[in-house]
Amino acid sequence: MKIVVCVKQVPDTTEVKLDPKTNTLIRDGVPSIINPDDKAGIEAALELKERLNDGSTVTIVSMGPPQADVALREALAMGADEAYLLSDRKFGGSDTYATSTIVAAGVAKIGYDIVITGRQAIDGDTAQVGPQIAEHLGIPQVSYAEDIQIEGKTVVVKRKYEDREHVLELPIPCLITALAELASPRYMSVRGVMDAYRVKQVKILTFEDLKDMFNPDYIGLQGSPTNVFKSFPKQAKGKGEYYPDLSADEAVNTIVAKLEEKHII
Amino acid sequence: MSKDVFVFVEQRDGVISKVGIELIGEATRLAAKLNEKVVAVLLGSDIKSKANMCIEYGADKVVVVDAPQLAEYLTDPYARAIETVIKKYDPEIFIYGATSIGRDLAPRVSARVHTGLTADCTGLDIQPDPKAADPAAAQLLLYMTRPAFGGNIMATIICRDYRPQMATVRPGVMQALEKDASRKGAIEEVKVEFKPEDARVKIRQVLKEEKKTVDITEAKVLVSGGRGIGGPKGFDMLKDCAAVFGGEISSSRACVDAGWIEKSRQVGQTGKTVRPDLYLACGISGAIQHLAGMEQSNFIVAINKNDTAPIFDVADVGIVGDLKVIVPKLTEAIKKVKAAKEAKED
Amino acid sequence: MDFALSKEHVLLQELYRKFAENEVKPLAQEIDEEEKFPKEIVDKLGKYGMLGIAFPTEYGGQGADYLAYIMCVEQLAKFCGTTATIVAAHSSLCVYPIFAFGTEEQKRKYLPDLTSGRKLGGFALTEPGAGTDSSMQQTKAVKDGDNYILNGTKCFITNGGEADVYIVATMTDKSKGNHGITSFIVEKGTPGFSFGKHEKKMGIRGSATCDLVFENAVIPAKNMIGQEGQGFKIMMQTLDAGRISMAALAMGLGEGAFDITVKYVKERKQFGRSIASFQNTQFELADIKTKLDAAQLICYRAACEKDAGRPFSMYAAQAKYLCASTASDVTRRCLQLFGGYGYMREYDIERMMRDAKITEIYEGTNEVQKIVIANHLKIK
Repeated sequence: MKIVVCVKQVPDTTEVKLDPKTNTLIRDGVPSIINPDDKAGIEAALELKERLNDGSTVTIVSMGPPQADVALREALAMGADEAYLLSDRKFGGSDTYATSTIVAAGVAKIGYDIVITGRQAIDGDTAQVGPQIAEHLGIPQVSYAEDIQIEGKTVVVKRKYEDREHVLELPIPCLITALAELASPRYMSVRGVMDAYRVKQVKILTFEDLKDMFNPDYIGLQGSPTNVFKSFPKQAKGKGEYYPDLSADEAVNTIVAKLEEKHII
Repeated sequence: MSKDVFVFVEQRDGVISKVGIELIGEATRLAAKLNEKVVAVLLGSDIKSKANMCIEYGADKVVVVDAPQLAEYLTDPYARAIETVIKKYDPEIFIYGATSIGRDLAPRVSARVHTGLTADCTGLDIQPDPKAADPAAAQLLLYMTRPAFGGNIMATIICRDYRPQMATVRPGVMQALEKDASRKGAIEEVKVEFKPEDARVKIRQVLKEEKKTVDITEAKVLVSGGRGIGGPKGFDMLKDCAAVFGGEISSSRACVDAGWIEKSRQVGQTGKTVRPDLYLACGISGAIQHLAGMEQSNFIVAINKNDTAPIFDVADVGIVGDLKVIVPKLTEAIKKVKAAKEAKED
Repeated sequence: MDFALSKEHVLLQELYRKFAENEVKPLAQEIDEEEKFPKEIVDKLGKYGMLGIAFPTEYGGQGADYLAYIMCVEQLAKFCGTTATIVAAHSSLCVYPIFAFGTEEQKRKYLPDLTSGRKLGGFALTEPGAGTDSSMQQTKAVKDGDNYILNGTKCFITNGGEADVYIVATMTDKSKGNHGITSFIVEKGTPGFSFGKHEKKMGIRGSATCDLVFENAVIPAKNMIGQEGQGFKIMMQTLDAGRISMAALAMGLGEGAFDITVKYVKERKQFGRSIASFQNTQFELADIKTKLDAAQLICYRAACEKDAGRPFSMYAAQAKYLCASTASDVTRRCLQLFGGYGYMREYDIERMMRDAKITEIYEGTNEVQKIVIANHLKIK
């Protein structure tokens, strides 16, 4: 079985801080990491490969700039067999539709039985690319996967909703989006790191390599149905309100009113 | 010409979701600016009888797709149904709740009909196209605002050339309209031609959730106690308050050290770091070691007898008072507010 | 001369750092407070190959270079001196001598278990009367047919009781002085081989430190490493190479202290401002950082010389001497910047200071290092 895992290198947004003077993001020195949901996907794929123990392979695919190489090496060091970086200036500026178009083309070119993507990237936070890739490939999807099992030619997935879970049966090929809860990612091993650089390869696919797999009008900034009109910082916290002299009832009313105003209740 | 604001009204087990009602409310505001109509789209099995509720909450029309394939949510049949509706009606705008259903369905549909989709919006507006040569004759676009970069910034997105302009919208943010049982509207049923590939995925089992132990770092609301709660019994009062919020209790180091509560509930430098939507600090002085664990909370309310307690430096709302009196009253008040809201929705 | 790390070393450093932060950091205080040997961490380290980093794959090692190994010790030490000590003592002082001086049969018998972490290693040279003067070995090994009978006591042995395999120095011929010392591989469970009580130490309190007691312990002659009389040379060369990993450990302690201090001084406010804004703080940290970077350079240089196959003994001694002194100094000064909070066990800095002290003593005291360096200066 060829298991393909789609992965994104992202800035560690939990480390990003707001500069209080300019109210803009401080991106300097923020480490780049493999998106956490995607990393769980890699681990799930490695576990499936180990359980199947039949020569199945794990292939990593990522769309990104050349710097994303190190994220792919990390995935290889965890135990993935090969990696592809879809990288080209023409891919830049893509929204989720355009990105999924490109990634689907890459995945189709590489070949696959099961595609695993992370549910959501911690920078874009859209959770759209996985399902869009599935549509472009014409394969069934299950998102919010908490558990994946293979039973012969059927994939059995536990799918999480807010108030229930579904146990679903899917045919192969299919696409599954992984929650971080799906699997606890292993560390790289020392030998794994060395194999990642000395034995395994990160193959680069450019626009030229993929252009027969998609419509060039549907990629990049020009091909993106949505674009960002503007971005701006969240409203600065500002000084809080201080009430030293209210009665208990007044205090309660004030709190309730504020919570309603902020849509917290 | 694309027309009207469509709302995917989600239902589970025949119960219409709160977010669907909220989005109908928001859709009325958007439709008014466009001088167009609000169309609720309701998918399910044996669901026709619920359609009128959408009218009562503001929809001008309800498009119903009633089919056995739609009884329980599955991506393929739902995507087919929405695709059919979009191709038939050519909506200007189509919005969905950003639930685990909406965020699975909408992207699939957006790829199928080749249009733009913006995720998890917290603000929607109608504004003229910013690139129009003549602003007076500009086409009106949906401005979709949403948090990005892990919530550190906000972005406003537009979808100029593709239709429908689609968005998934965060639940609990938009305002529903008041229910008006006298409102009238049209209900249209649409028949969908399901294809064999729409049945590729089968539901083997539906499992309803059992309550699991919560990690305080995952709670959306934390009612937190400090030395000021006076003893372990103080947490009973906080538990009641947390319960009405659907949240959890947490604690400063002082209470943990005193043995009043377990260490897993400790917030702070040597405890856990939390970022809930609401952090209610009761009898917590606000030492820097505690602030380090909770100052990133979205909204902080502090109650303390000591008017110079440093917690008031980070609180959005600071109350000087006796928490033993205020907290139970707050619990009752929140109970009342929530009960009133539920009553309205029936 | 390129001072940048290779991509491979950068990714390895990432592995070590993530492991240390996620697996070791949360337990560091408990390991110290309860003097608890961190067995679960040791097992995990073995699983990811970190107990056999610089040994060839044919013996179960990871096939990486010495620099890759000491970087691991450095990252672990940033969060826990105990964990780093366990790894360094095991790798440098037990796995290394078997690999460097053992017969093929010995290597095949012991190395796969040791490099995988299935078994842990220890090194026993020190005795109550033989510290820096290590040639004063009292533990006797007397030949008896195909065996040697061991009698004596070793003290202050790291991983004592926890390790399964020990490299033990013994006196086989007192008349020959240093050349009468022979080293053996001794396995836990050998009849006559027992452990004394665990020492209560100032720092690295989770590290198991105890006596090894030999009472007519029967050791097969085939467990001898090298020849009779070569034991002292083997032990000294082992210590020589191991020195660099101990330097890296000291460095890691200093770096860990520096990191948490930088974070603290930005948060702590006095006189209406963060203490980071005071010039004293800035000057102290600037000086500390300079000394740490210098120590790191000399340590990495020693590792690279070893990897290049060039003589490295003097560099190793320099590295141990400078890194240990720096760590001791830096951790003390960082604690001072924490003020009163630094003295409280709730904060990690006092543990780092307590842990740092031993680096100036074990595996050759600072004074021994100076002897080694002076010897290389050819000034006598």
